[in-house]
Amino acid sequence: MASNTPIETVIRPIKGWQLLNFSELFRYRDLFYFMVVRDIKVLYKQTVLGFLWAVLNPFFSMVVFTVVFGNLAGVPSDGVPYAIFSFAGLLPWTYFAQSMQNSTNSLVQARNIFTKVYFPRLLIPMTPVIAKLVDFLIAFAMLGAMMIYYKVTPTWDALYLPVLIIIMILSAAGIGMILSAMAVQYRDIRFAMTFLTQLLMYAAPVVWPASLIEEKFGSLAYRLYGLYPPAGVIEGFRAALIGTRPMPWELLMFSSISAVALFIIGALYFRRMERVFADVA
Amino acid sequence: MGKTIIEVKNLSKVYRLGIKESQTESVGQAILQWVLSPLRNFRRLRRLSKFDLNKEEQDVLWALRDINFKVEQGEVLGIIGKNGAGKSTLLKILSQVTPPSDGEIRMRGRVASLLEVGTGFNPELTGRENVYLNGTILGMTRVEGDAKFDEIIAFSGVEKFIDTPVKRYSSGMKVRLAFAVAAHLEPEILIIDEVLAVGDAEFQRKCLGKMQDVAGEGRTVLFVSHNMPAVSSLCTRAIMLRHGELFMEGNVDDVINGYLNEQSARAEVGLAELTDRWGSGLVKFTDVQFSTDPDQPIGNVLYAGQQGIFTFTMESHDTQVIPQASLAILIQDVQHQRVTTLHTRFTGNLLSFEPGVNTVTCTIPKINLMPGKYWVTLHCIVGGESSQVSEPADHVDQAAYFFVEGGDFFGSGKIPNDKHGMILVEQAWAQPQRIGS
Repeated sequence: MASNTPIETVIRPIKGWQLLNFSELFRYRDLFYFMVVRDIKVLYKQTVLGFLWAVLNPFFSMVVFTVVFGNLAGVPSDGVPYAIFSFAGLLPWTYFAQSMQNSTNSLVQARNIFTKVYFPRLLIPMTPVIAKLVDFLIAFAMLGAMMIYYKVTPTWDALYLPVLIIIMILSAAGIGMILSAMAVQYRDIRFAMTFLTQLLMYAAPVVWPASLIEEKFGSLAYRLYGLYPPAGVIEGFRAALIGTRPMPWELLMFSSISAVALFIIGALYFRRMERVFADVA
Repeated sequence: MGKTIIEVKNLSKVYRLGIKESQTESVGQAILQWVLSPLRNFRRLRRLSKFDLNKEEQDVLWALRDINFKVEQGEVLGIIGKNGAGKSTLLKILSQVTPPSDGEIRMRGRVASLLEVGTGFNPELTGRENVYLNGTILGMTRVEGDAKFDEIIAFSGVEKFIDTPVKRYSSGMKVRLAFAVAAHLEPEILIIDEVLAVGDAEFQRKCLGKMQDVAGEGRTVLFVSHNMPAVSSLCTRAIMLRHGELFMEGNVDDVINGYLNEQSARAEVGLAELTDRWGSGLVKFTDVQFSTDPDQPIGNVLYAGQQGIFTFTMESHDTQVIPQASLAILIQDVQHQRVTTLHTRFTGNLLSFEPGVNTVTCTIPKINLMPGKYWVTLHCIVGGESSQVSEPADHVDQAAYFFVEGGDFFGSGKIPNDKHGMILVEQAWAQPQRIGS
């Protein structure tokens, strides 16, 4: 132990707004690693199907949507089979929704830990956001299989996928931080979550193409729609993987701005609420 | 040596208490209240985290008020005080679980706190995985975990089960593993809250030994416990908290004596003078006696198998007769664990008190407690179940104690003792009957 360079800790009332404390987060990187590993390991313990669930959830949604929206309601799908159209949307959406939901519930569930020992609380809502990437990758493999089946080839825009994934992570993390901090004090959030996720899904171009917005409400509305990060990400996935449309840069520009803004606002809000967590949880 | 490692200056912490709901008098008001309740709930929840220290607010509890002390390197400081004196709050602030409301603390060195053993254990993970997870929660790095892994496992004594999920461990095994992780942290400052309350005697000795080693290595330990022998053997200095304030500070034996004197002084003070009580005060307990003989209702010794008579002297401060009052008498063992409750509502009685001094007796036909010392907590409620208002008039925790001596409960000449459990039950045994013909 480096006892010749003691760390001096000053504990005093915390006032005002603070952004992330990067050096502290870095010191706790090992803990973050173990928390993510734990999340991944524990999730499918004592299940028969294990990681297959990562595929089954979006798969069954796809089947339902294809029957209901594709066949019965006749929602347009930019000229490709509705199944692959909706799955390309469900892939980022499932990640976004699940990591947001788990992140929101994470703090309340971890109250036995953070009321007993100190570590950066921010790690708690961030853990599911990272851990859920495993599910995302598994479901991605499923999409790959479907692309082979439907003989769809990805475009060169697939090189931009990492950017899309980062936008997706930032916005899920931002919302997760805000809602998890609120949920500690206001347990209403837990009850609102189911409804909120559904609402957000229909607001995202999962079951319908974003081109509908342009048709019905004009191009300004379409551009502003990009402020909702899943819009740019989902349309971007379709452009990159099934090539139904060119890369939606006009949406992505706004999506990335609002994703970064969400992340910063989320971090600020979380850090402000953090100090009372142990007292109100 | 002699270097100040922890400095606590003017430390205060406030909490928000629950507020009494206002009563409604009509259906209309009740509906209005119900409609407005989301707004009220929101205000109440938001107030949990908002304070103005300069205003004296009614529903604010000062868990700690203006605490000052210093701890030097290598010192083992005991922190003692009754439940609710602020010990746990102080430890929570020191371990950064919650920030103070005012004042500051300066600490030099890495701090590890053990507010509860096994914090963060995940039942689905194996012992091995939990050692790493728990170690990093407590501030260890992965490399340190690798280096100490074998030592931790050896100390815990659960080698055989290290790759078994923790949910299959006995609670003793969990505690052992958790303490083993914590004991190998090697922080400069170690904060420990009542960890010795768990585990068997042998393991407790091992823990005490480990903590002595830690202190011997020049580390600083803050130790909270109700176990006075442990405090006295481990600590060099102690502080005593009372009602959130620093009441005493100094040599460990002096502070422990001060604490014990204060405790027994409280038992010596007449019940009427005790200020450590709550309630409206409309009716107050002023005396309690325990006896076996209704003609001699004074004393504090009861006998198993004989009748027990509790005599309460109570003073009503109302000018009129109080028609409906209830008494609840909580009987607790020496660890304050509740054994049973005597309650006028159980038997369907409502008591009425004349203005002035009254006596109430409660007779237990046959005492069925094992020999030992028992505390009673007294609670008086004015207003019956049927009436509009019902409010606590007087409540005194551990107001008095009585002793139960062993007796011939079963009339068989055999006297059971506390090894047989906590209570005695009437029983009848029949001869074996052969089944079939």
